[in-house]
Amino acid sequence: MAKFILRRLGFLLLTLLLTSVIIFLITQLLPGDVARIILGREASEVALQNLRRELGLDRPLLLQYLTWLGNFLSGNWGISFSTGQAIRPFVLERLGNSLMLAELTLLIAVPLSIALGVLGALNEEKLLDNIISVVSLAVVGLPEFVTGLVLIQIFSFRLNVLPASSSIRPGTGFFEALPMLILPAITATLVLLAYIARMTRASVIEELKKPYVRTASLKGLLPRQVIWGHVLRNALLPTITVVAISFGWLISGLIVVENVFNYPGIGRLLTFAIDRRDLPLLQAITLVAVLGFALANLAADLLYAYLNPRIRFD
Amino acid sequence: MAVITPGDASARRQSPPLRLLAARKARPASAVGTSIVVVFLLVAVLGPALAPYSATEQVFSEARQAPTFSHLFGTDRLGRDVFSRVVIGARDILSLAGLGTALAVFIGLVSGLLSSYIGGWFEELLFRFYDSLLAMPALLLALLLLGTLGPSRNSVLFVITIAYIPIVARVVRSVVLDTKTKDFVAAARMQGESLPYILFREILPSVLPALAVEAALRFSYAIFLVASLGFLGVGVQPPNPDWGLMVSEARTYVSLTPWALYFPAAAISLLIIGINLMADGLKRVLQLES
Amino acid sequence: MTTAALKISDLNVSYQQEGRWFDALRGVSLQIAPGQTYGLVGESGSGKSTLALSVIRFLSENGRVRSGKIELAGRDVMSLTDAELREFWRKCVKLVPQNPLPSLNPSLRIGRQLREAIYPPLNAAGANLKVLELLESVGMADPKRIARAYPHQLSGGMQQRVVIAMALASEPDLLILDEPTTNLDVTTEATILDLIRDLIKDRNTAVLYVSHSLGVVAQICDRVAVLYGGELVEDADVLKLYRKPLHPYTQGLLDSVPRIGQDKTKLQLRPIPGQIPGAELPSGCIFAPRCPLAIEICRSERPKLELPWAGRRVRCHRWQEIADNQADPRQPLKFVTASEVPNAEVETVLKLSEVKKRFAVQRSLSQVLRQEAAKQVRAVDGIDLSIGRGKTLGLVGESGSGKSTLARCIVGLVPRSEGDISLLDIPLARTLSARDKTVLRSLQMVLQSPDEALNPYLRVDQTLRRPLQRLAGLKRQELDQAVVNLLKAVKLSPSYAERLPGQLSGGEKQRVSIARAFASQPDLLLFDESVSALDVSVQAAIVNLLSELQQEHQSSYLFISHDLSVVSYLADEIAVMYLGVITEIGKTQDVLKPPYHPYTEALLSAIPLIDPEAAQEHIRLVGEVPSPVNLPTGCRFHTRCPRFLGKICGTTEPPWQEDESGKRINCHIPLSELKTLQKQAFNFDHEEV
Repeated sequence: MAKFILRRLGFLLLTLLLTSVIIFLITQLLPGDVARIILGREASEVALQNLRRELGLDRPLLLQYLTWLGNFLSGNWGISFSTGQAIRPFVLERLGNSLMLAELTLLIAVPLSIALGVLGALNEEKLLDNIISVVSLAVVGLPEFVTGLVLIQIFSFRLNVLPASSSIRPGTGFFEALPMLILPAITATLVLLAYIARMTRASVIEELKKPYVRTASLKGLLPRQVIWGHVLRNALLPTITVVAISFGWLISGLIVVENVFNYPGIGRLLTFAIDRRDLPLLQAITLVAVLGFALANLAADLLYAYLNPRIRFD
Repeated sequence: MAVITPGDASARRQSPPLRLLAARKARPASAVGTSIVVVFLLVAVLGPALAPYSATEQVFSEARQAPTFSHLFGTDRLGRDVFSRVVIGARDILSLAGLGTALAVFIGLVSGLLSSYIGGWFEELLFRFYDSLLAMPALLLALLLLGTLGPSRNSVLFVITIAYIPIVARVVRSVVLDTKTKDFVAAARMQGESLPYILFREILPSVLPALAVEAALRFSYAIFLVASLGFLGVGVQPPNPDWGLMVSEARTYVSLTPWALYFPAAAISLLIIGINLMADGLKRVLQLES
Repeated sequence: MTTAALKISDLNVSYQQEGRWFDALRGVSLQIAPGQTYGLVGESGSGKSTLALSVIRFLSENGRVRSGKIELAGRDVMSLTDAELREFWRKCVKLVPQNPLPSLNPSLRIGRQLREAIYPPLNAAGANLKVLELLESVGMADPKRIARAYPHQLSGGMQQRVVIAMALASEPDLLILDEPTTNLDVTTEATILDLIRDLIKDRNTAVLYVSHSLGVVAQICDRVAVLYGGELVEDADVLKLYRKPLHPYTQGLLDSVPRIGQDKTKLQLRPIPGQIPGAELPSGCIFAPRCPLAIEICRSERPKLELPWAGRRVRCHRWQEIADNQADPRQPLKFVTASEVPNAEVETVLKLSEVKKRFAVQRSLSQVLRQEAAKQVRAVDGIDLSIGRGKTLGLVGESGSGKSTLARCIVGLVPRSEGDISLLDIPLARTLSARDKTVLRSLQMVLQSPDEALNPYLRVDQTLRRPLQRLAGLKRQELDQAVVNLLKAVKLSPSYAERLPGQLSGGEKQRVSIARAFASQPDLLLFDESVSALDVSVQAAIVNLLSELQQEHQSSYLFISHDLSVVSYLADEIAVMYLGVITEIGKTQDVLKPPYHPYTEALLSAIPLIDPEAAQEHIRLVGEVPSPVNLPTGCRFHTRCPRFLGKICGTTEPPWQEDESGKRINCHIPLSELKTLQKQAFNFDHEEV
């Protein structure tokens, strides 16, 4: 297993490194002169030159990249173009908010979608399965801004039970924020639900076809003993990876959801950064999000390796 | 010498092309989905011919009208006909998403096919690069690119292509890796066949079913992406009748002109659901499910 | 006969496919007494597995028992409620399936999986003891370790032992063994068969043994039933059935398999023409279209299952004539027997010297840091051999012996690491891309799996045109005729040109594969397990075809197979491989006679002979084939050698010894001593045409 983990860790670091290069190149090389963005269209050539030197933009690209990465790793995430403040505390605070929302979403989405997937698989091609699968196919099609707005219409405007805007103040605790988290979390859940449920269903169905299920049944075990003791143990292993992948969907989903609900997370911050063409802020947010996604994948890999005897004892 | 006569063919398994026709496994929902997609495609093709008004002309005297026969979907707060905007917007979003998907599928197919067959460091390098792109969730990558490129139609096209090439390439690769170990490829190699022949004549047909399903899924996600970018205000720019943008614009005035929000939102949802149901049917017919 | 443990009467089973119902079993009746081992043989599509699954009420979703009765230990199986059925599964009936690994839960320890099967239930401590006891009873040396292991940590043979132990964890009334040794190597198969024989000997369990192998059934069963197209065509006491089959199909099956010691110059195989009936059944006897004795009544009237005499049943209109030797149920011979190629002055077609293939094993990070050299798998480790014009060299050995890798090195699919290969005195490049067209034309291989050898998306004519065009250099207008000629050469009708592989049966696909390989009229053809996946009657037809084509074209063959009987039938010479090296090589008739290399001896005595009365030496190999990463020192075979001499075997590489016939053996034991130690592995004096 050590070999497996080391290999995964190696791949992960390599991928992260390459991704950071891509992020760096996109933000540095694509059209748009950073100095001009900061100083505006009327800035003099001298002022531009000075700023470029100050920002190190006249140095070789590789050196710029290494400095940038080194700074990021040592906690110096730079100064925002638009607010003139240090980026790190700002991003971390917003990240905390986003994580709060993400946790609640996963807490609802993962058990619910796994249950639906298993339920569908156990009733394969029967009415319940068809309903679950067509409904989830339909739900996966609805963009978050549509479901979000519909939910706001129903729960905020018609029923008036939950707030339409989730603009929580800095430092709000989880339970205090909970009422404002519910609608965004449900919206984000709908994004994940169909994906996880469908993959779980496929995995359980595949597992049910395997000969060892027959072996277990022929021991005279009860159906629930076969399902819980034999099938799910194997069928839910790939679901770990599926949940990790869906973490990427969650990040995408949160960007939209936070904008729909005015929720002060990093998704909202990201669109803010784009509006202001605030490149350092954009870089920092992207890197943080990528890092989060990578860590989720790593955690899934480790859990998978630990729970899978074919890897653990190899 | 006795020649073996053809036996009873009905008992034999059907060949893959025949299976395509025997679409028994498809659900009625898939047919519904396919019909929806066809309707949208027709609307996109006919586009301006169907739209009674201009998509951008503002008639303030007719602003904020609820749906009537003259304005089927009503008008927005600027007096633009929502029906016309939705109809004309269909062409925009379908062509943008369609072209982006086509480019991604083409580049993903060629690079996936070539690199996985050749293998070695070329494959390693390419797929490391693809993996690094995939380490960024699609919308994040899109926003990063748009944030630096600046919002425009071409940027959106570029973003769709870049975001989906790696995914298509991976699907292609998984089939190629499986197919290239098959004995019929070994037989072709022993006949001294050239690389292009092996790739396109021997391997490509096995890739196509999975690719067709993936292309349909990518198309659905591309529409999703275009609409989301429009909603976030970083995609297609006003006054173009982009569905996502229309939802975002109408949002503020939802109590005044709810129809201006609901109709484009419904159009997006219906189109994506249609494509998903169609893709699901395709998958079942091609027997790729699990 | 005592009261039957299992009694099946008039069983009809159907499957639904694409909205239509197909009969899988029609009117099958049989009885198995307690303590009796009842063999069920038939080719694919005969319904033998369907029968087994019906008995345990485990048909797939689309299968239905239409009518009939199944009684086990006096209980009507079909009328059991769900709860009763579970109880029935738990104690009355056990199944040992074909593939042990997928039949075991990959993420549960063996001990836990065994414990669940124990009946009557015991307390925790008792169950643990019982698990160890069970594992010991199936010959596990270290039951404690096995109980803690996960399935993937065991070898195929050990996994099968675990599954057998699981079946014996209760005292079932009926034990069903469904091809339990089919995927095992012949030496492992022999030990598992020994084990099964031992275990059922002193139990009063009825055993239903399902198999396609006439040899295995002959070796293990008391009584045998033959299924064809879902009908029971004959059943009898095992000795009587093999001595005097009364049904032409049974006779056909027996004639399809070459007996060891018979070779192509002395005897032809008699394949059964045609193929098993599809959905549309013939109106009379379902075997009539393939039967050499079919007359008017056979085509119009379905024969009844008759009882010629006690304990024997047959479904044939003409059984009486067959029994009285007035009608010959054997398939007619179709072509002239192969003539022996004179040995003198034979041109050498293929020559290998010191051919080696090593694969690098990836190093782990810690190994890289400690600067350990990368380990290597020495898959092929120094092979010398040659094949003459028109000759066949048979290459045998268990899985992992490196025989397929060697074949792939020769044709260039895998580049060899060392050594020289020459074809007609032209040295061959290591890779395919470095070989020119003349080489490709004269060297072709027929690959193993009929399902994978043809591109499912290309029509037969598209597949055959390429080599004709590229290698044989035919012009476009000549291609159509050439495709027809090729199809005729492999005895397929020209209408097959239009078909896709999905519309062909396994045997037909393999014929197309062979046609493709012959398209360029190569000097040397390699066959890598090319007939192993086929049913015996089809296999016989292909083997005959190969022998006929060889006569016609004077091509040389390298024929690789794990099946010694087919190899010994086709090959002029046999080479035995073990862990990448040749241990014995010589003319076929000499290899089959002592003195043997101890490995050859073990292989020969492990073959399940198609003769319940055959006297066979009982020599079994212990343990598993060692990993090719850590090859044993000295003689590679010494870790498993039943004739282990002493220290020298483990330290020094054995010398080559040649006997008077020119056969060469790589062993420390002097030939003279081997000769006195060894008896003929089995008797093979057949008097045949």
